[in-house]
Amino acid sequence: MGVMKRLTNIVQAKANKVLDKAEDPRETLDLSYEKQIEQLQQVKRGLADVATAKKRIELQAQQLQQAAAKLQDQARQALAQNREDLATQALTRRSGIATQLEGLKTQHEQLAQQQERLEATTQQLQARVEAFRTQKETLKASYTAAQAQTRIGEAVSGISESMSDTGLAMQRAQDKIAQMQARAGAVDELLASGTLTDLSGSSDPIQAELDKASASGDVQLQLAQMKAELNPPAAAPSGELGAGNAGADEPVDGELVHDEPAAAASKTPADPFTLHDAGGAS
Amino acid sequence: MIVRILGEGQYELQDSQVAAMEELDKKLVAALDSNDETSFRDALTRLVQSVRSEGKPVPPDRFVPSGLTLPHETASLAELRELLASEDVGES
Repeated sequence: MGVMKRLTNIVQAKANKVLDKAEDPRETLDLSYEKQIEQLQQVKRGLADVATAKKRIELQAQQLQQAAAKLQDQARQALAQNREDLATQALTRRSGIATQLEGLKTQHEQLAQQQERLEATTQQLQARVEAFRTQKETLKASYTAAQAQTRIGEAVSGISESMSDTGLAMQRAQDKIAQMQARAGAVDELLASGTLTDLSGSSDPIQAELDKASASGDVQLQLAQMKAELNPPAAAPSGELGAGNAGADEPVDGELVHDEPAAAASKTPADPFTLHDAGGAS
Repeated sequence: MIVRILGEGQYELQDSQVAAMEELDKKLVAALDSNDETSFRDALTRLVQSVRSEGKPVPPDRFVPSGLTLPHETASLAELRELLASEDVGES
């Protein structure tokens, strides 16, 4: 059997399951009408779901774009600090985002396609429900005529076949939404875990590394300055030893850092939190 | 004969026009058997387009069952296979 005939049988078999319930064909007409109204509501809800899903993808794409821009900044920062390893890491992640964005784009297109189709389906269905409403009353009024009974049978078959087709169209739209949700969930997880850059910045490993690098560079610089201050000329062998020990303890103390605001400010534009973090770590 | 394009609607065609579609239907069957997406796409596109161009759309106030049914133009081989797989369930 050809594909076209097989498909017809399938669609009509699904249709019969929905409608072959009433004993009296006139009741079947009313039942068909009710089912159509129900389906029209379902399609409208389906349309709203598709629109929501599309919106979510658009928002995620925006988030990913921001994350990508941030990674690019970080790569530049890293290069400025001679940290090519960090720059590579940031750019690698950025290209990972590009892949994600591509996937989102495909899904967005598919959803837009589903939306377009469901909109057409809704319009068609609306016109048919309206036409069926008037026709079923005419058919019911002339029910006793044998001809009308045949027509009722045909109309009901036709209606239930359309409903089965609409049901399939909605199922396709829902499948696309489900696929999109699985992917969106995965992107959310990536964003949350910091595998991609978390925009809150709290769990961003590249930024942490950059901050640490700039801070520890600064600490080294300050240490060097202090050493220079404490041991100005040629060091005296024994007398300076005690002073040297005292000096070594002091950089650990946070207050000393604040005592030297001019030196810190001139060497790094970094924020104060960075200094504290790095001081504690070193 | 009435032909339905799934997700689109029904068209009325002359029997002679339907006969011309049978060759393409056979190609669909062959593509399904050999899992040939390219020839499937080609046959489906030509079928759908010939129904659209040669058939007369069934108006919304005419309620009739179809004699033949086509998948939507963008349906994939996998989608069609899945649909056909529901055959046994549907007819029980």
